[in-house]
Amino acid sequence: MSGPLSARPRVGLFVTCLVDLMRPSIGFAAVKLLEQAGCEVIVPAGQTCCGQPAYNSGDRATAAALARQTILAFEGLDYVVAPSGSCAGTLKAHYPALLSDDAAWAGRARAFAERVHELVSFLVDVRKMSRVEAAFRGRVTYHDSCSGLRELGIKQQPRTLLASVAGLELVEMAESEICCGFGGTFAIKYSDISNAIVEKKTANVANAEPQMLLAGDLGCLMNLAGKLKREGRAIAVRHVAEVLAGELAEPPIAVAN
Amino acid sequence: MTGRDRIFAKIRAGLGVTGHDQDRQAAAARRIAASRRHLTPDRVAGKSHEQHMQLLRGFLEGQCATVVEAASAKDVPRLVAKYLRDTNLPMRLKVGADGYLARLPWSTEPALELRHGRAEAGDEVGLSRAMAAVAETGTLVLASGADNPVTINFLPETHIVVIEASGVVGTYEDAWARVRERFGARAMPRTINMISGPSRTGDIGGKLVMGAHGPRRMCVVIVRA
Amino acid sequence: MKPTTTEFKANARVALDDAQLQRALAGLPGGLVAQRTAARARLPEFEALRDVGRDIRDHALAHLDLYLEEWERNATAAGATVHWAETAADARDAILAICQRAGARTVTKGKSMVSEEIALNGHLEAQGLEVVETDLGEYLVQIRGEVPSHIIAPAIHLTQDQVEADFRKRHTHLPKDRVLIEAATLVGEAREILREKFLAADVGITGANFLIAETGSTIIVTNEGNGDLTQSLAKVHIVITSIDRVVPTLEDVSSILRLLARSATGQEFSTYTTFSTGPRRSGDPDGPQACHIVVLDNGRSELLGSELREVLRCIRCGACMNHCPVYTAIGGHAYGWVYPGPIGAVLTPSLIGVKQAGHLPSASTFCGRCEQVCPMKIPLPKLMRHHRETEFDQGGLSWSYRKGLALWGWLALRPRLYHLASRFGIAALGAAGRRRGSFRRLPFATGWTRHREFPAPQGRTFQQLWAEHRAGLPR
Repeated sequence: MSGPLSARPRVGLFVTCLVDLMRPSIGFAAVKLLEQAGCEVIVPAGQTCCGQPAYNSGDRATAAALARQTILAFEGLDYVVAPSGSCAGTLKAHYPALLSDDAAWAGRARAFAERVHELVSFLVDVRKMSRVEAAFRGRVTYHDSCSGLRELGIKQQPRTLLASVAGLELVEMAESEICCGFGGTFAIKYSDISNAIVEKKTANVANAEPQMLLAGDLGCLMNLAGKLKREGRAIAVRHVAEVLAGELAEPPIAVAN
Repeated sequence: MTGRDRIFAKIRAGLGVTGHDQDRQAAAARRIAASRRHLTPDRVAGKSHEQHMQLLRGFLEGQCATVVEAASAKDVPRLVAKYLRDTNLPMRLKVGADGYLARLPWSTEPALELRHGRAEAGDEVGLSRAMAAVAETGTLVLASGADNPVTINFLPETHIVVIEASGVVGTYEDAWARVRERFGARAMPRTINMISGPSRTGDIGGKLVMGAHGPRRMCVVIVRA
Repeated sequence: MKPTTTEFKANARVALDDAQLQRALAGLPGGLVAQRTAARARLPEFEALRDVGRDIRDHALAHLDLYLEEWERNATAAGATVHWAETAADARDAILAICQRAGARTVTKGKSMVSEEIALNGHLEAQGLEVVETDLGEYLVQIRGEVPSHIIAPAIHLTQDQVEADFRKRHTHLPKDRVLIEAATLVGEAREILREKFLAADVGITGANFLIAETGSTIIVTNEGNGDLTQSLAKVHIVITSIDRVVPTLEDVSSILRLLARSATGQEFSTYTTFSTGPRRSGDPDGPQACHIVVLDNGRSELLGSELREVLRCIRCGACMNHCPVYTAIGGHAYGWVYPGPIGAVLTPSLIGVKQAGHLPSASTFCGRCEQVCPMKIPLPKLMRHHRETEFDQGGLSWSYRKGLALWGWLALRPRLYHLASRFGIAALGAAGRRRGSFRRLPFATGWTRHREFPAPQGRTFQQLWAEHRAGLPR
């Protein structure tokens, strides 16, 4: 196994099902950033979903099965990095709890969890990146996704890297730490309440008068982009990795080509 | 088996214990006997008595009480009379049998009328003595009884509380030490009131209004010597 | 109170459409939330105290039987009569019996969520007693025939205009043309009216925030002083409380009290924190002649041995609901029973069952803010997830939802099949959405598209593109 800083660590990219299916350009942005940080990126084919939908719906058995599958798929790699606070949170904070009763897997889950990081916090906290080479001219605001913020302590890291993007003006919106109302299945099961929550959020976004909204979780971003578009607000929405990596060829979320 | 028995049986079943575990019982008894203090807030830890006095005053004023300092006990009647005059209140006080209050030179303020006993509807100003005052949040500690009836703390619209400087302590735990000194370990009067200012409510549209049910006004007289 | 938790979605819809309610709820972020943030900033020890508080509560719960016995011994020695109530009905009956033995006609009440839980008022009123809520917020909801919508600010859902209208409707003995513009005038009016009730009461009923084992005391915490007037003026003082409230020592409760007011309203300390021990002593000129303490179980003892034990740490500060995006959107009544917000989402199904109350723990985004602000560090999302597991195991979810979830799980456990199937599915969805960039309507996600556009996928999956990238094909 290679060490953290000196050698070239082998990083397994946990793509996340949303990035895989809905917006692969985020995955490529993540690869680019990880390579810039001196890592070799491997994308295990045996990964699908972290199991959060099952876990949060109370289907512990399926969630545990997916946990074992994921742990197996990423065995032998130095790090597991995901461009999502909620997926990384599931892998890091919840897999050990999920498998704590399984004698054969409890230790493996804990060892696995130690190697898991969300993308931006990996770049800043582990790889000690303080700047990126990208450029983006415009006013940008940032939404702090709940899991990343509260489970993984992601707050300053994206701001540190965004501050280094040439031409980018970061403005903070009011209540950036308040939930956007996505909550996975919540947005569909309790859509009216979810809507009320996201409306407050888009009002805060709009009040900051940005040209672009960024965050580290595609679930939040799809929710926010979908609402902003329905409201007719012309604010572009992307994953923060896209801006940090300069991966802007694809249109923003919910925008036609 | 009574309801009580069934409740305790369920509690013990839930905890996986019997009622007869000597070690457990000893641990609980030790915990109670130890009166262990946990964390003492920095704002009072290691601070001087004078600093405690200042904190007490600051918090009480911030919580809408009027604070008056008496250089010595003999100044108290004059300061009480002045407060009532300045606030346009009647010169009539209801007070308990508190010996310290009784020994104050009320004759120096002949306009002041003191009536003794519990408070009744219609009493406008009450006078009490606190047994301690806690600096960490500006909180007075009053014990019920014939000396300082509880109703005096709540029925009159104005409450005047006298506290000697020697009764000012840093923390709630320091106040409990005073309570134990006075009443004995594990013993309490019928009521200990910890009072941090006049009555208030925020229940109407979130607006803060004083004088919800208890006193609208509080005057704290701190006696230095 | 009869639960309407099964109608949660409909209740929430009504709440979302209620403009007055939404106006009232809009005050929360700048009010209670900001106040707590400021109080926490003023006390550097705040976070350390949360650990202390949690440990005190855990210790007390782990020795609950012993501390309750010690408390009972000391309360009884001080002259109180302790009644143990297994069920809500037992508690109601015990209290009614005490009131009837005292020949009571008028009963004043301080705020008590346990009294709501046992539906006390209606039970007493049915026997001809007049029951008067004296906490101003409780009085405001009582005259509307409503129940509290928040555990420490019962009338937080009301605007000042509504209160004025209610007073005019109810206080018909006062001049119709009186001016009621100021909040202070409204408070003054309530003060006058309730003062008469305090003085007329035969029995005063309060709750208890905590029970202190070492002294046999009960504690109430108010800002108004109504609890003190309630318990000091009547002949008989009844405390209605629950088994989970006991704390070993005065030092222990001091640490917890440092967190309570700060978490609830942002005050350094509540205006009135009162420790009561038994009835009046000989020589006391005032105070109740008799003191009865009714201690309710109602399912709490069963929680002790369960994975839900941590919910019993709760000190009823209300911080969780103040910070909850769901509570802030729908208010407390939508939750359909006594305890709203995140604590209600855990406690309600714990006490009345997941079958009845399954919506409550489900209607959460797991944002985690509640756990972050809970002074006792209760892991509320984890406990909500536990209820979701129970509901799942009991077959509680809708058929289509279970099937969808099962299909997703089945596929996800077969990576090769998953990657193959997703290629086709995403290609189709991507093609359908390419022109607009999003979907105005999606058949299997109408909940989403009712309010939002559903962004179209880019059209190829990452796994597919990565495989091509590895094979040297350009993107």
